[in-house]
Formats: sequence, structure tokens, C-alpha cells
Amino acid sequence: MESLRLDIPVLPNGFRLHWDKVRERHVILYPEGALALNDTAVQVLQLCDGKRTIENIADELSARFGGADVHDDVENLLISLANIGMVKDAGDK
Amino acid sequence: MPATSNGSANGTTQIPNPMLLIAELSYKCPLHCPYCSNPLTIGDAKYSDELPTEDWLRVLREAADLGVLQLALTGGEPLVRKDCEEFVAVAKEVGLYSNLITAGTPFTRKRAEALREAGLDNVQISIQDSDPINSDRIAGIKSFSKKIEAAHLARELGFPLTINVVLHRQNLDRIEEIIQLAEDLDARRVELANSQYQGWAAINRESLMPTREQLEHGEQVVTAARERIGPKMEILWVLPDYYEDTPKPCMGGWARDAFLIAPNGDMLPCQAASSIPGMEFENVRDRSLAEIWFESEAFNRFRGTDWIPEVCRTCPLDRFHIDFGGCRCQALALTGDVTNVDPVCKFSEHHAIVTDAVAAANQPGRNGNGELIFRTIEKVPVRG
Repeated sequence: MESLRLDIPVLPNGFRLHWDKVRERHVILYPEGALALNDTAVQVLQLCDGKRTIENIADELSARFGGADVHDDVENLLISLANIGMVKDAGDK
Repeated sequence: MPATSNGSANGTTQIPNPMLLIAELSYKCPLHCPYCSNPLTIGDAKYSDELPTEDWLRVLREAADLGVLQLALTGGEPLVRKDCEEFVAVAKEVGLYSNLITAGTPFTRKRAEALREAGLDNVQISIQDSDPINSDRIAGIKSFSKKIEAAHLARELGFPLTINVVLHRQNLDRIEEIIQLAEDLDARRVELANSQYQGWAAINRESLMPTREQLEHGEQVVTAARERIGPKMEILWVLPDYYEDTPKPCMGGWARDAFLIAPNGDMLPCQAASSIPGMEFENVRDRSLAEIWFESEAFNRFRGTDWIPEVCRTCPLDRFHIDFGGCRCQALALTGDVTNVDPVCKFSEHHAIVTDAVAAANQPGRNGNGELIFRTIEKVPVRG
């Protein structure tokens, strides 16, 4: 397996964030499945627009949370999602 | 207004809202696969009275309100319905994730572009084998090259692609080549589920059941491929449940996660439920999806724990909440009683039916290319 590179995180083609109105929560919808997300994951993924780097995302969330250092949390979350194929680097096909 | 969970029949446990709608648009199909999961009775007159477009459109809106997130457009072959694009457009409008499960042969450029325009999320194409000649033989029609073209077209148009290959005794030895083919086609996911012996596969069980050696080889190949490929291509690998000693939670449990609508509008908890004698299924032309899901007798029949077999009540593995006693239709087909535990379970008094079948499949010198009865909508085949 190639080692994981994740500069600009995005959802892969065919994956999308969705508000599940019946269960009142966000999920990632993808072929044959749905992954329920906690609030933190939703805030991170909403910033994964194919332009922002992990640094940009962490900075924005940090500003939102009064300057707390969230860089490692953001990076770990995105890497764990990438390891199960829910996030990829914008440069990967 | 979104439907909400109601109390169950006995008023204690909550009935979950469904996640998945399997929409069987038509039982017509250009293919004749001998393991088709459709019922043997697809030729019945009632199934040619297909649900009109406007009913399907209403069903999709109701499904979203009921909590469904995933829509599987399947059949038979879903693209025999010329209104498939309309269904996709409404699915997109109401937020359903749409997955087209097609044989590939009718997935022409014109239709593929229209489906993309309508907002289709995923394309799943079945291939019967990596070997073109055997693929065509199993499909019962020359189709392999068209399927490959369809897969390339899906990727060219930017669809994520799932390749689905039902595995069995007559193609399992090529599992390595099958995974390679899925990679070459740039699939995001490949489904390598061994045939389960329901529907048409039940009458072809002897010719389809692989040997233990074939499955062990398959397992090794899949493990190595997952390690090599990583998350770039997801590989689903499912054993024939005859080779396991605990049953699978069929459909994730009766009427818990999913339901199916047959081409004529009958709403069922699973693909094989129509084989259960005496069970009446309601039709979406007559009642709303929410009413049928929460209130109908068929959907409530095996919900909860009131009905559970004694052997499950005293299960030493405490597995009832995991497998729900296994598949009702398999229990019926093999033991004659729909309320028995699935005989795949090693604690079933009927478990020898399963182990005998497995032993027979592993007899030395047993034919690897046994005769197959092919799916046909023309007439119901005679068992034997």
C-alpha cells in the first residue's frame, strides 16, 4: 500500500455530505452506505472544498474556537477518514 | 412531513426507520444468470403489471420522508424502464443516494448522459467472469464486451463505478484476474459475493457451490489484494453462508434496515419473502410506505423477539441480536418451517442439511462445471 499523502483533503467522487432529516444528523453518503458523523467531523468536512489545505482548515476552526490549537485533531480525524476511503487528497485521482 | 418511528406491535420496542429501498423496476432482463436472486416466479402475470411512473415517483418521495438514504435501482434490468432517468431526477431532488445496478448492456451513451444529467450517484455493473467466454456462458447471452464498454463509459462520464461479480464454483478460480479486471476498469468498489442459495441459485446449488479449497484460495487472494490496493478500491468478499457455522443477519434483520418493492408494487422485507406461503404483501398502490413499513402484518411478522426459535432464546453465543436467527426464507426452504432457526446455524437440529451439502461439494472428483438451469421469465422451471 502506498503511504498516505493528504495536503488538500476532499471527499472522493461519489461521496457527499447529507443532512439526514429523519434521524437529525449529518452523514456521508457513498456507494452502498452511510456513515454518521459527529459535529466536529461535520465542521471539518464542510471546509473540505478542494482548495483549503489541512493548515487552512485547522486555522479556520481554531479561530472559531477562540484560538485553541486544533491542528492535530483535524489532521488525525482526516487521516482516519482517509484510511477508510472517506477522504482523499485533491491531487489523487 | 417526515414520518417518525412508531411503537412496535407489542408497544415496547421502537421500530427503526429504513435506510435502503431496493427498487426492482422490472423483472425483464437481457441476462439469464443461473444464480439470479429474483424469485422463480418472475414469469407470473402479476409482475408484468408494472408500477406506473407516477407511482414510483410518489414512492421515492415517501421513501425519503420515511428515512431512506440509499436507493438501489435494480431489477431484472432497471434500464428496461424508459422512465429510469425520471426516478433518478426525483431521487436527487429528495436527497436519496441513487445507485443503478445494471447488466451494462443497455447502458448506452445516450442513456448514460441522461442519467448523469439527472444526477445519478453511482453505477454498478455486473460481470459474470473475467474470462469473456465464460462470462457470456454464465450470462446466457453474449454480453461481456458490451459490459466492458459500459464500464469505460461510466468512468469517462465521471461516475464512480462498482463492479459486481457473483462468485461460484465455475468462476472462483479466476478471482485474481477478476480483481485485476476491476482495477483495470478503474472501479471504486468491487463486490465479490459468493452466490447464496436463494432464488435461482437454490435450484442450481450443486453446480454453483464451491469447494473449501476454492474459498481458501479466494480469501488469500482478497487479503493480498486489499493490502496492495488500500482504500483506493474497496473489495467486498462474502462467503457462501453454508460454509459458516452461524447464520448471516439476512437483510440486516427482518424489516429493520431495508425493504424492497417488486415491479408490480408489492412491498416486501426481502428478495425471497414472496416464497413464504400464506404471507400477504401489501401494494404501494393501496397504502403509503410508512403504513406498510410500520403496520403491515408481513413486516411485523418477524420483528422483535416474540417469535424467536427456542434454540435462539438459549443461544450459548448470545447471537440473536446479531443474526436475528438468520434467513427466514432459507429456514423455510431447507426445513419446511419459516419459524425455525436458519439451518446454517451449528445449533440447528437441521444443520446436517447444510454440512451434507458442503461435504457433497467437496467430494474428490466432483464435476467443476455442472449443468445449470438458466433464469428465464418465460416459464417457471421444474426443480430437479
